[in-house]
Amino acid sequence: MPIDDLPERSPEPTRRTFLTGAASAAGATSAAGGLVSLLRSSEARATPATMQAQIRKTIGQAPLRKGRVTLDIPPIVENGNSVSLDVAVESPMTLANHVKTIHVFNEKNPLPNVITVHLGPRAGRAKVATRIRLADTQKIIAIAEMNDGTFWSDEVEVIVTIAACLEDPV
Amino acid sequence: MARALINVPPKAKKGDIIPIKALIQHDMETGYRHDFVGKQIPRDIISLFTCKYNGQEIMRADLFPAVAANPFMSFFTVATESGMLEFTWSGDNGFDVTETAKITVE
Repeated sequence: MPIDDLPERSPEPTRRTFLTGAASAAGATSAAGGLVSLLRSSEARATPATMQAQIRKTIGQAPLRKGRVTLDIPPIVENGNSVSLDVAVESPMTLANHVKTIHVFNEKNPLPNVITVHLGPRAGRAKVATRIRLADTQKIIAIAEMNDGTFWSDEVEVIVTIAACLEDPV
Repeated sequence: MARALINVPPKAKKGDIIPIKALIQHDMETGYRHDFVGKQIPRDIISLFTCKYNGQEIMRADLFPAVAANPFMSFFTVATESGMLEFTWSGDNGFDVTETAKITVE
């Protein structure tokens, strides 16, 4: 059969045209995605300075003393999506002498606040635990506000190998 | 309806300091992530957790996007009297869940 007699290619999508089309479309989206994440790497994050500013905003000009607070968090974490955090404060937790609030701040997540826990003498023991996200290797600080108006703190430097918060959905 | 898990000792002696644990199913979408076309995924978090013991607040927490998905809280209280502990989580998009647990104090 001479070549000219071959039937014309149908205009409808065949399996081959569909596959090539789909592949180039996928390439285009992933290239766009790469560009988007490049642009985003410069996005605003909290810095040690914004954390300090937020701490001052929360506690005012009161002096911040080290001690009484024990912040327990793993010093190195593989995955920043869920990091166990435990804050204990030395206090008899009586009506006359108790912890009013425990604040936790971070340096490099998008927001400086992590969690704020309000307690009272009914708590019995000033010890709370939760799980948090860490966007980067950074310093975490826990501050306890006593009912007498003093502030005590503890800080831990945490190394994070896989960050949370800013990654794309999987 | 989000599922919640609560751990309260069913029985305690008067004056005992008892541990309480509460976990709730929630994505805690930070509002800082983007989908594949670069559009920002809106924030959807639980921002407030409270625990009441027979109507009296014993603990309250303000949660920020830095709290991991499926927020977990562990804390303590003094067993004063038999009754009910009430846990409430509230946040974005009208999220509001209340769970209760019974405690018998001897």
